[in-house]
Amino acid sequence: MLAATVRVTGDIDLAEECVQDAYARALTTWGTGGIPEKPGAWLTTVARRRAIDLARRDSVRARTLPLLVEPVGSEPGAVEVAEIIDDRLRLMFTCCHPAIGSEAQVALTLRLLCGLTTAEVARAFLVSESTMAARITRAKKKIAMARIPFRVPPVTELPTRIDAVLSVVHVLYSTGHTAPAGADLIRRDLVERSLDLARVLRTLLPDNADVAGLLALVLLTDARRPSRLGDDGRLVLLPDQDRTRWDRTAIREGVALVREALARRPPGRFALMAAIAAVHAQAPSWEATDWTEIVGIYDLLVAIWPSPVVALNRAVAVGLAQGPGAGLVALDALGDEPLLATYSYLASARADFLRQLGRRADARMAYEEALLLSENAVERAFLEDRLGQLEH
Amino acid sequence: MAEYLILIYGDESAPELRDVEATNIMMKGHQEFGERNAAALRGGNALQPTSTATSVRQDAAGGFVVTDGAFAETKEALGGYYLVEAADLDEALALAKQVPMPSGGVEVRPIRTFD
Repeated sequence: MLAATVRVTGDIDLAEECVQDAYARALTTWGTGGIPEKPGAWLTTVARRRAIDLARRDSVRARTLPLLVEPVGSEPGAVEVAEIIDDRLRLMFTCCHPAIGSEAQVALTLRLLCGLTTAEVARAFLVSESTMAARITRAKKKIAMARIPFRVPPVTELPTRIDAVLSVVHVLYSTGHTAPAGADLIRRDLVERSLDLARVLRTLLPDNADVAGLLALVLLTDARRPSRLGDDGRLVLLPDQDRTRWDRTAIREGVALVREALARRPPGRFALMAAIAAVHAQAPSWEATDWTEIVGIYDLLVAIWPSPVVALNRAVAVGLAQGPGAGLVALDALGDEPLLATYSYLASARADFLRQLGRRADARMAYEEALLLSENAVERAFLEDRLGQLEH
Repeated sequence: MAEYLILIYGDESAPELRDVEATNIMMKGHQEFGERNAAALRGGNALQPTSTATSVRQDAAGGFVVTDGAFAETKEALGGYYLVEAADLDEALALAKQVPMPSGGVEVRPIRTFD
């Protein structure tokens, strides 16, 4: 809805106001006249009309802002689905414009396109909420003042502009895959939106290996979704997941895309991450997983993408390939990384290796540290379980 | 449409600046830039080196402190500018990429308008 309104206002803050106005009108109108058939489309139309109204009334704004006013269907609800996807894509390329810093790009997209709160975005980035709020405000100002256009770049510029967009879709997926805070482990809306966006990008750029890699990664990881939660709502980790519940259609599609993405040399980071997911997806069981192969792919990945989180995952894979002692050594090498200091997975991975080594007191401390750092209720329940098992 | 200032930064100690042929190439580059983008150009000038600059700051007592030199001492100094008109940042950046920049780069800043 915001994306469609921004196209009319050419101004993000104004569009946000118009959307709020539309909700306010819905409260009064729907109360007396009932909820319309397509509430989302109704709200979008009302918000866009409000934007057009404001633009006409405010002649100063009309003169200084890039107005791309289009005729709007006479009936609320006339906004076409294709048009909504276009608007989202347009807003996405705006949020991911090279004139905006890469950290702000992802933050802005999550905030504006996916409706995450500033606190949620801050947690996804391992920074404080005030830092994130300042970053988002600054980026919004830059878009308005420097007049960063709302459009999908021409075909000739697409290859150079696409990487930022792909990173954003990936962070979006990761955030939905394990929600940083809240009662649910998985935010289905975010996962599905990232899958939609990845598919739209694939349609737009069918020959791009990075796009294929990203779509493969999302499909292969999401194929495990049905088995990640037990019947009691508890987190089930990969070793204990019921692999018969994995989505085989998604896996087939994902594996074919991985092959396509790996055909390019050197393979990109999404292709490599998807390749790791493909090894898991095709392994008959946790024990029968080819961990040496996975460590090998992580080595390639760390070389092209030196992210502390990737290094953490590699260390965990080393533990699985070579035993918990080797894993602990690899994890402890990351202990000084400031970005990981507040990241619960480092503590919980250490706790697991310590438990396997029989170092119960150290494991208990590590689980307690992980509990302090995790705000996802399902993850916390899992950690408490593990901690409880240690007491016996 | 909006106006943008393209600020041209360069290393004043770059050897090309004392090379006649390199200077001619750069001048020719600017001439071509001007001809190619005449419709968008609103103004522009080359500046004398920062050794000719004088900075004026106001002090706490309301007086002025006048000092020799540029406002900020950096390796790349402001050497010239273009004032251009463009529909949006992408258009302004497309212009900026055509400016000769042998030993530095350009900064693109939107012009603020007051109503």
